[in-house]
Amino acid sequence: MITAGIDIGAKTVKVVLAENGRILAKSLVPAGIDTAAATRQALDEALAAAGLTREKIEGFKATGTGRKDCPFADEEITEVGAAAKGMVHLLDSCRRVIDVGAEEGRTVRCDANGKVIDFAFNEKCAAGAGAFAEGMARALQVPLEELGPLSLTSEQAVQMNAQCAVFAESEVVTLIHAKTPRQDIARAVLDAVASRIISMVRKVGFEKDIALIGGMARNPGFVEGMRRGLETDVHVPQDPEYVGALGAALAAAE
Amino acid sequence: MSEKKEFWRWKEYRWHDEAMDWKQADIISAGVDIGSVSSQAAILLDGKLYAFSNQRTGFDSPQSAHQAINWAMEGTGLSLDNVHFAVGTGYGRVNVPFADKAITEIACHPRGGNFMYGPSVRTILDMGGQDCKAIRCDQRGKVEAFLMNDKCAAGTGRGMEVFADLLSISIEEVGQLSLSVKEEPEPVSSTCVVFAKSEASALLREGWPKNRVLAAYCSAMAHRVVTLLERIEVEKDFAITGGIAKNAGVVKRLERELGLEALQSKYDSQIAGALGGALFAQALETKRRRG
Amino acid sequence: MQIMIANYGYKDGSGDFFIAIDTDKCDGCGDCVPACPNGVFIVGEDPNDPLRDEPVAMVGEEHRKKLKYTCAPCKPDHDRPLLPCIQACKPSAISHSW
Repeated sequence: MITAGIDIGAKTVKVVLAENGRILAKSLVPAGIDTAAATRQALDEALAAAGLTREKIEGFKATGTGRKDCPFADEEITEVGAAAKGMVHLLDSCRRVIDVGAEEGRTVRCDANGKVIDFAFNEKCAAGAGAFAEGMARALQVPLEELGPLSLTSEQAVQMNAQCAVFAESEVVTLIHAKTPRQDIARAVLDAVASRIISMVRKVGFEKDIALIGGMARNPGFVEGMRRGLETDVHVPQDPEYVGALGAALAAAE
Repeated sequence: MSEKKEFWRWKEYRWHDEAMDWKQADIISAGVDIGSVSSQAAILLDGKLYAFSNQRTGFDSPQSAHQAINWAMEGTGLSLDNVHFAVGTGYGRVNVPFADKAITEIACHPRGGNFMYGPSVRTILDMGGQDCKAIRCDQRGKVEAFLMNDKCAAGTGRGMEVFADLLSISIEEVGQLSLSVKEEPEPVSSTCVVFAKSEASALLREGWPKNRVLAAYCSAMAHRVVTLLERIEVEKDFAITGGIAKNAGVVKRLERELGLEALQSKYDSQIAGALGGALFAQALETKRRRG
Repeated sequence: MQIMIANYGYKDGSGDFFIAIDTDKCDGCGDCVPACPNGVFIVGEDPNDPLRDEPVAMVGEEHRKKLKYTCAPCKPDHDRPLLPCIQACKPSAISHSW
């Protein structure tokens, strides 16, 4: 049975086509202004990559913040459900999934079947998710994708006092004026987000194996900050942004 | 960030009372309020307001403190040597080099508010550049309950500046413009300034006019502030200090939701902290002289 | 005359996180300081009441703007125990808004 999982996030739409637990194709499209159009585009791109037509898809399931607006999925799965399902499929020893996107962070406690036992959110505050890193990358005048690698060259931890993305931008400007090395600022920024995420992870407790997914998992500086803060290794799957969509596709096959 | 655009910039100014003569004064006291966004200085002669200044804080607190007091003294012939007691307050209070004592804004604002609005004031809302304070006080301006939020930009001047910048409207016009809507729109749903900004951008793309977007944001800000005030239990009379008092868009909506009118003062709402500091300075100098 | 209620913490997009200390009830005994596993409290001269003689408990600067995160380990979503700081405070001067 071929199924499609659609993850409509704040910034991007991801689609995964799966058959018998195997990924056939995946696609990622910026959500933009017209999310429905982006969703259709993402599905079309995934279908083209798999060499399939829409009729071949026997089940659709949507997840993500925009899942209610998915034009062709009649069923939904929560982000925590999708994250757990997708991640345990990729790593069966996984018991904690930390999903950090642009606007939200989630920690999920799950069992060996990918079923959700408990969860905690970081939401509605930009300081607790990827938006914080985005704002600071702007203030540092580096492209977002370079923020992580830059932070890894830091040799000194620097204190950031601001706990708000807006105030932190001013603080970064002040630090730059005080000649603080950019890599140290970058590291402080990513460590700050990591520490906020980890505080919420504590609510559901630590237990190996811990996986990190979502857009921020692509940021090596953030991943390093998470490892340092958790004092343990975290598993980052190959395509961390697609785990939610994968989980939705697997759920559609049940 | 957007240092090149000027939309966030408000007017800096100074004033002194030409009819007063500081050489006749028994006690000359000063209060300097170094905020993260703006700095004020107030000079009193025997407890009467003589001079003040209001300007954007520089990168450096000590320098801002000197600038603030020097500007207040400009044209008066006064110098720091003539000042008997100075109090530093605000975010940068421990870095006012000439201060004889540092006192928090929580203590200074109701003291200043009591002077500016009269002894009937019991609840003061201060929204500064990077913080929001709700203070309940007694008839002497002594604090009975307080909260301060300086963690989150929502409900602060910086939050408002982000919107002024987004809409390319000068911060001084934001309030009035937001009141020019025919019908009050739904408030923006995000309290977080970053997310509210994305929401506002989407509304603009949908064709919302600027005044409507501003109304939606001012409305959300006002509501958020009311919930903070409720935590310390609002008691009349109610007064607003700090820069936001000049934003009619937030003030009117606040008054509406509270069912209370904010008291008016002939003094600039931004000097409450410095004024309270100067009043403390006067009291402390009096106490010191008594021995 | 003393301040009655000091609220430390913040409100942000994700909620209200305030620790309130009734400074009339607080006698500066300091029992809350070691009771908190994360060192949230400090006891000292009250910066907001220059005329108070005895020390008072306050939320320290280190955690004041991070209370949601700092207090999270003591506040699991299920089976939440009585908070150690509240248990330690004999005059019941401490309360949490969440």
